[in-house]
Amino acid sequence: MASMSRTDNAGGPAHGLTTRWASALSDTPAFWKIVSLAILFGAWEFAGRIDFNYAFPGFLETMAALFEMLTDGSMAKAYLRTFEPLAIGLVISLTVGISAGVGMGLRRDVEWLSLPIFITMQAAPMAALIPLVTFVYGIGLASKVLAVVMLSLPVIAINSYKAVRNVPPSLVDMSRSFMGSRRQQILGIILPAASPMMFAGIRLGVAEGFSGAVLAELLITPTGIGDLITFNRSVAKFAHMYAAIFSIVALAVIAVSLLHRLEMTLFRPEKRGV
Amino acid sequence: MNMTSATEHAGAPVAPADAPDAIIEVEGIHKVYSGNVTALENINLDFRRGEMTSLLGPSGCGKTTLLKIVAGLLKPTDGEVRVNGAPVKGPGPERAFVFQDFALMPWATVLRNAGYGLEVRGVAKREREERARHYINEVGLAGFEEKYPHELSGGMRQRVGLARALAVDADVLLMDEPFSAVDEQTRRKFQEDLIRLREIEKKTFILVTHSIEEAVYLSDRIVLLSPRPGRVAQIVTPEIDRSGDPEAIRRTTEYLDLIDDIWAGLRTYVE
Repeated sequence: MASMSRTDNAGGPAHGLTTRWASALSDTPAFWKIVSLAILFGAWEFAGRIDFNYAFPGFLETMAALFEMLTDGSMAKAYLRTFEPLAIGLVISLTVGISAGVGMGLRRDVEWLSLPIFITMQAAPMAALIPLVTFVYGIGLASKVLAVVMLSLPVIAINSYKAVRNVPPSLVDMSRSFMGSRRQQILGIILPAASPMMFAGIRLGVAEGFSGAVLAELLITPTGIGDLITFNRSVAKFAHMYAAIFSIVALAVIAVSLLHRLEMTLFRPEKRGV
Repeated sequence: MNMTSATEHAGAPVAPADAPDAIIEVEGIHKVYSGNVTALENINLDFRRGEMTSLLGPSGCGKTTLLKIVAGLLKPTDGEVRVNGAPVKGPGPERAFVFQDFALMPWATVLRNAGYGLEVRGVAKREREERARHYINEVGLAGFEEKYPHELSGGMRQRVGLARALAVDADVLLMDEPFSAVDEQTRRKFQEDLIRLREIEKKTFILVTHSIEEAVYLSDRIVLLSPRPGRVAQIVTPEIDRSGDPEAIRRTTEYLDLIDDIWAGLRTYVE
């Protein structure tokens, strides 16, 4: 009791109020996210201002360039081009990756047949194979789609496979013991139980897909956002180049967070309130 | 207490196979894992209708394996299990299983978990929720219907597992160490509740346990299994009056003496 009143007096009422206000703020995750971003952007702006490299624009300069590219429509035009191989590639990776992964998780024969392929794909440095892809498929859309697929497919497939394998056997036994059909076991138990790990793989895969799309545009032919990066670099408009890079990073982050939201609403009702 | 009369050894059938009150008959069950590990050897047992039978033994005696074979979740290498005279080919509606690790769906509410057995059978939503609610109430979880498993304690989770098994209205409840993942205080309360529940539900229970106290406290018959390979070592029939105060049972001399006797018998397998 005595020690409690002492701490109360030490700060005085004003101090108590600010700490309460601060602790309420620090309980909200958004607060910490904003602080983290503010530190990062502050450091960026600081680094830009000390002029350690003439080709390094500060945060504010980059944002101004970003705003300019957003308003004059050049960025929208670029993304329209970039999204084409990215969207097609991701749709292929998600469909093939999830079905192959679930198939491998459920059946040993499918696992023996296809797991080595995905492991090889995941281990191989895909950027080194892109010239080969260009050699076979040319410099068109097909090569870029393939670049996205090559980067995103293995991680989606392997994570889906592991997710299905890690479903607690007792849950499946439980469904069997109440005479759940194989279909009910898969749709009602295995897939929802596997979904957290599966979605972790999908998030990684989508992020990989973004790098695949940009890599293709940098290595194959400069189009879309890759063109914005290379063109602005060649004419020494570094703020614009950084703005283009910043935009693709931001988009990838937003896409991955949206996926997380989707997972929560679709499969994890118990986590929604938390 | 009646210990000597029922003492038998592996190989000899416990009761005539066509005993009228046997709901489950286990005949000549062998289970061999991965070619050379013998988990069960020549198990012959009858489980009588309306009784609670415990399968008791040290770890590695195959008691869970035997329960899963009775449930139809595992196939025996040799031998046959019959439920109401019909051979077991897989899980059936007359048997319901209670899992050691509860096996609740973390993404589903208590209500949905308790109604899962009815859900897979295609019972309409309104009816299955009504029945699930009834059994949630019966196991003492009223008011928790909309909670998720992670919001419950271990004991409460197992109550959901029990409600789920009761809701399908099976004749036999197969319980695989249902209280082993629950703390001691909760376990005692749960055991007392189970005695009360038995009087209402009039079902046949088969309980796998490694706790001598639990087996003696709850069962009409205790099947002692010896380890590696699992064989029926002895069958004990505790004669304990469970009609009065459930807490008083733990102080009766029958209860305490029988625990000592069983421990004396099991001791050799552990040393």
